[in-house]
Formats: sequence, structure tokens, C-alpha cells
Amino acid sequence: MKYSSIKDNLRTIKLSSWLGWAMESNWADPFLFAIYSVIRPIASSLILVFMYMVVTGGKTKTELFAYIYIGNAFFMYVYNVLFGISWVIHEDREHYQTIKYIYIAPIRMYYYLFGRGTAKMIITTFAVIIAIAFGMVILKIPVDLGKVNYPLLLVSMLVGLFIITCLGVLLAGVMILTAHHSWYLTEGIAGIFFLACGAIYPIDILPIWLQYLSKILPLTYWLELLRRAVLGKSLSVTLSYYSNFQLMLIMLVTTAFLAMFSHYIYRTFDHIARRYGRIDQLTNY
Amino acid sequence: MLSDFAVETLDLCRSFKLKKAKKENNDGLVTALDNVSLTIRKGELFGLLGPNGAGKTTLIKILSTLLLPTSGKALVDGIDVVRHPEKVRKRINMVTGGETSGYGILTVRETLWMFSQFYGIPTRIVRERIDHMLKLLDMEKFARTKIGKLSSGMRQKMNIIRGFICDPEILFLDEPTLGLDVQISRDVRKYIKRWVKENTKKTVLLTTHYMAEADELCDRLAIIDQGKVLICDSPSNLKKSLKRDAVFHIEVGLLTDGLDRFKAVSGVKSFAYEHRHHLGRTLLKFILEDDSVISNVTGTLSQNGSKIITLSKVEPTLEDVFVSLVGKGLEQ
Ligand SMILES: Nc1ncnc2c1ncn2[C@@H]1O[C@H](COP(=O)(O)OP(=O)(O)OP(=O)(O)O)[C@@H](O)[C@H]1O
Ligand SMILES: [Mg+2]
Repeated sequence: MKYSSIKDNLRTIKLSSWLGWAMESNWADPFLFAIYSVIRPIASSLILVFMYMVVTGGKTKTELFAYIYIGNAFFMYVYNVLFGISWVIHEDREHYQTIKYIYIAPIRMYYYLFGRGTAKMIITTFAVIIAIAFGMVILKIPVDLGKVNYPLLLVSMLVGLFIITCLGVLLAGVMILTAHHSWYLTEGIAGIFFLACGAIYPIDILPIWLQYLSKILPLTYWLELLRRAVLGKSLSVTLSYYSNFQLMLIMLVTTAFLAMFSHYIYRTFDHIARRYGRIDQLTNY
Repeated sequence: MLSDFAVETLDLCRSFKLKKAKKENNDGLVTALDNVSLTIRKGELFGLLGPNGAGKTTLIKILSTLLLPTSGKALVDGIDVVRHPEKVRKRINMVTGGETSGYGILTVRETLWMFSQFYGIPTRIVRERIDHMLKLLDMEKFARTKIGKLSSGMRQKMNIIRGFICDPEILFLDEPTLGLDVQISRDVRKYIKRWVKENTKKTVLLTTHYMAEADELCDRLAIIDQGKVLICDSPSNLKKSLKRDAVFHIEVGLLTDGLDRFKAVSGVKSFAYEHRHHLGRTLLKFILEDDSVISNVTGTLSQNGSKIITLSKVEPTLEDVFVSLVGKGLEQ
């Protein structure tokens, strides 16, 4: 598939971001929307805090706690955006019944999906900031704003959003083919990443075979770099042998493979969906 | 311009696998299109007429790149829909009637603007076009209404405008007036006709259940049944083809049983009926080999004790053509 120019693709992103934003912010009451955006990330962090305290008997001022807390906060991107992008396929097909009109338009679906995801990314960014601020103030997570490695944080975030978009496209390919919104699939994939990418435990404690998976997933390096940028250090022994620069390189290489893989899967599944007539198939559920 | 033909299909076939539960005696396949070969010229308003399940929507989906054929070829503006869907998409648009599609939170104007932008049409041109079309279809006062608040008829009208807004070379309309009231249908038909007339190279392929609509709108039409194209010609030529036959309409009191026996009366080429419950009558439509056969028909009727209320010989309509080919009426 080749649609003429960068200009066209940027236009698609602009349009679908606009649409995504119109839908996200469609709250009858902006006040409720704000509350929801604040309460939700804090609530989800508190669940984790609570579990940790039960397990450890109330210690929240340890290095491991900071490791988990920050990893969990950034992992919200993975969960929200993955879920958001795959949900776009479902709602455009079932609720709005627009998917066929978008599908037959001369645009690339990736850019459309990415655009629809941007509103989610912006909202999630607020949520992550709120969750980290809450952690710093209430739980005394040791983040020293003066010592944060901002360039590393920024570059890692940009690459990370690209990684998450690639994963979203991959999942969208599956969604377009299955004609059902597979909750279990989205939850399952997010769950695997949560475990395998070191969101809450350093990957060292995983069984060796699972560590192989960890090492080919760019999200592992992404979370590691974010922790190094925000906390100044991380806890993984395996990854501690690499410098920031080396980790960044590895992340870029694995990301490139992921991008190719998700492109391939999307194209293949899209073709199969066209063969089976699944693009606009309603399941009415 | 890549081809003189807007649409060409060659031995196009499409079958669907049935879900296990529905498999009966056959091999579990439904043939939706069976060796369809059609050519539609640029500038034509072409109709596809056929009963439920004839394969009309399937053909439109293949041509609009939503569905792949099982075998055969389909070209849109000379481009293969299987191999180059992205090139086809720049030239087409599609509207399906009878559905409520659209993002309820956007206004009519926003929706139309957004869809036009997917095609890269400059906003200045789009603005004029939207105003113009809303006016023609008498929807100006809804421009700022959120589409979630529109009636289903208005929503469908907006959807039809969405089809035209990108000014496609070829527009596919799948039962555009389905479920619309008489007045709105009339406006829509007028608009479609006008668009093709004003843009001599633009093509519309339209499917319909309504005979009158096909007759009024289409330059040429194909009658399709069970995936096969039975005939393809202009409405007037199609009607002429029946000129030599005798078409009779007979009204009797409501008659619901044993209608099939009329098919067996000697000299009856084809037969259809229509119940008019509000009048308590049934209209029997016969196509006979010649006038003299009518006595066989009236004989059968009186044997049955049915009283003839009216009997007339009529000019063949498109519906009679349909009945003579398909062997039953559209609503049957
Ligand atoms: N996705 C599908 N899976 C299985 N069978 C299908 C599918 N789509 C269509 N069919 C079958 O193919 C045949 C043709 O269907 P199609 O929708 O093209 O008919 P149509 O002429 O548009 O009918 P209608 O007037 O009811 O819209 C029907 O028998 C239908 O059941
Ligand atoms: Mg149909």
C-alpha cells in the first residue's frame, strides 16, 4: 500500500486526533471528566500500594517500592493506548458503523489508528504525571526533580509511544480479523507485557525462558530507561551491564523489528479479513 | 482516465462458507455471485435490481474494496480491485441505505467536513460544497445539529451527501432510499439524477428493491437473481422485450391458498401476485403466450370459486420483466 505523501498521512493523523479528542472529551460535565482523570490513576496506583504493603508488611520506603511504583505508572500508557486502539476498531464497526467508510477512504489505517490514540496518550500523560506526583508527595517516592535526566526521559518517551503504537496496530490487525472485541486478548497481551517487561519486578527473577521474551520486547528497555531517567537508577542486574546509550540502541533495534513485524501482521490479517468479509461484519453484541 | 469503462467484471464469483449449524445438504457454501460479467460505461447511471439475497451488496462490496472475490476479475476505472485497492479507493465512494452510521457527537457539518478531508479536498471547496448540497437536499437547518439527534431519515440523507462530498468518479449506492419516506426518496433520486447529468463522466452504480426507482433513474440495469445476471439493458428495451407477450392483471377477493396452480395453467409464461390486505383483494399478474390464453386463466379462477373484480390487459412494466425472468415478484 502506498498513499502518496507524508502530507496526506499527517492530515490523516490530524483528522483522527481531532475525532479522538472530540470523543474523549465528550463528557457532559467537564468537572466530572477532570475528577475521573485524576481519581483513576491514583486509584490504580493505590491498589498496587496496598498489595505491596500486604506482602511486605507495610514498607513503602524501599528501593523496590520506588521501582514498582514508577514502572506501574508508566505502564498505564501500554494499557490505555493498546486498549484504546483496539477498541477503535470495535466501536467504529459496531457502534458507529463507520468502519467501512473509513476503510474504503484513501488513507492508511495505521495513521488513522495512531491519530485516534493520541487523545488517549495525552490523557494518559496527565494520569502518569498525577500518579508520580502523588507518589512523591504522599508515599515519599525518591524522585529528585532537579536530578531527573530530562533528555533521556524525552527520547525514551517518544520511542516508547512509537513502540506502543506498533503494538496497537498489531492488535488492531487481530481485531479487524476476529470481528469481536476480544477483551481477553487485550487483557492477556497487556498482562504478558506487564510480567515480561519488568513493570513490577526486575526481569532477573523471571524463569530463563521468559527472560528471552523480555529481551526481545522493546518495552523492557523502555521501562528500564524511564526508571533510570526518573529515579537515577534501576534494580535489574541483567540490564545493569548496559549503559544508557547501549540500552537506547538495543531499544531502537528491537523497535525496528517490532515495527516490521506489526506492519506485516496488520497487512496479512487485513487481507484475510477482506477475504472472509470481516471488515464490516456486525456481531451485534 | 484509465479506461472507458467505470466498472468491468469478468466471471466474477463469490461464495461464502456457512456456519456449521446452517450446513444442510450442500457442501456448506452459498454462492453470492455466480460468474457475473458486466460492463458499466463512464457517465452511466446503472442499476442492479434483484430480490433479497441476489448478491447486490456482495458485488458492491467487492467493487468498493471491502471484500475479495473468490474468483474472476473486477476492474474499477480499469484498475484491479484485488491488486490495487489503494488506487481504486481514490476514485470511489459508497453509501449503504438503511443503517445508522456516524459519530453521534459530531454535527452534520463536522461529519461531512471530516470525511471530505480523508480525500484531501481543500477546506474552502468543501465548505461551498457542503452548503450547496445541504441546500439541495433541504437540510440547511440541520448543519449544526449533532447527528445523534437527527431522525433516521435525516441521518441517511446526510450519509448520502457524504457519498457525494468527495466528488468520486464512481459512486456505489446500495439501496440509498431504503426506509426513507416518499418525499425524501424523491429528493434523493432527483439529486442522484442531477449529479450524473451535470458531470458527464461520473458514474453511479445503484442497487434497489424498488422497480419504479430503477425505471425512473437508470440508463441501464441488470436484473440479478441468485448471484446470476439474468439480463442487462435499458429499462425501455427491457419492457419492449415483453411487447409480444400479453400482460394481464386480475383482481380477485383476497386469495392466499393454492396460488401456485396458476403457474401450471397452459399458456401462462409466468405469474406473480400481490396481496392488498387493506382492500381485501389480491392482484394476480399474468404473462401469457397470447391473448387467447386468458380464457384458461379465468376458467381456473371460476373453478376455484373466485370472483373476478377487475381484469385488464396492461402495458408491460419493469416489474413484469422481472417476473418473467425471475419467476416471481420482488415482494414475494
Ligand atoms: N458474510 C457473509 N457470510 C455468509 N453469507 C453471506 C455473507 N454475505 C452475504 N452472504 C450471502 O450471500 C448471498 C447474497 O447476499 P447479498 O447481501 O449480496 O444480497 P443482496 O442482493 O444485497 O440482498 P438484499 O436485497 O437483502 O440486500 C445471500 O445468500 C447471503 O446470505
Ligand atoms: Mg443488500
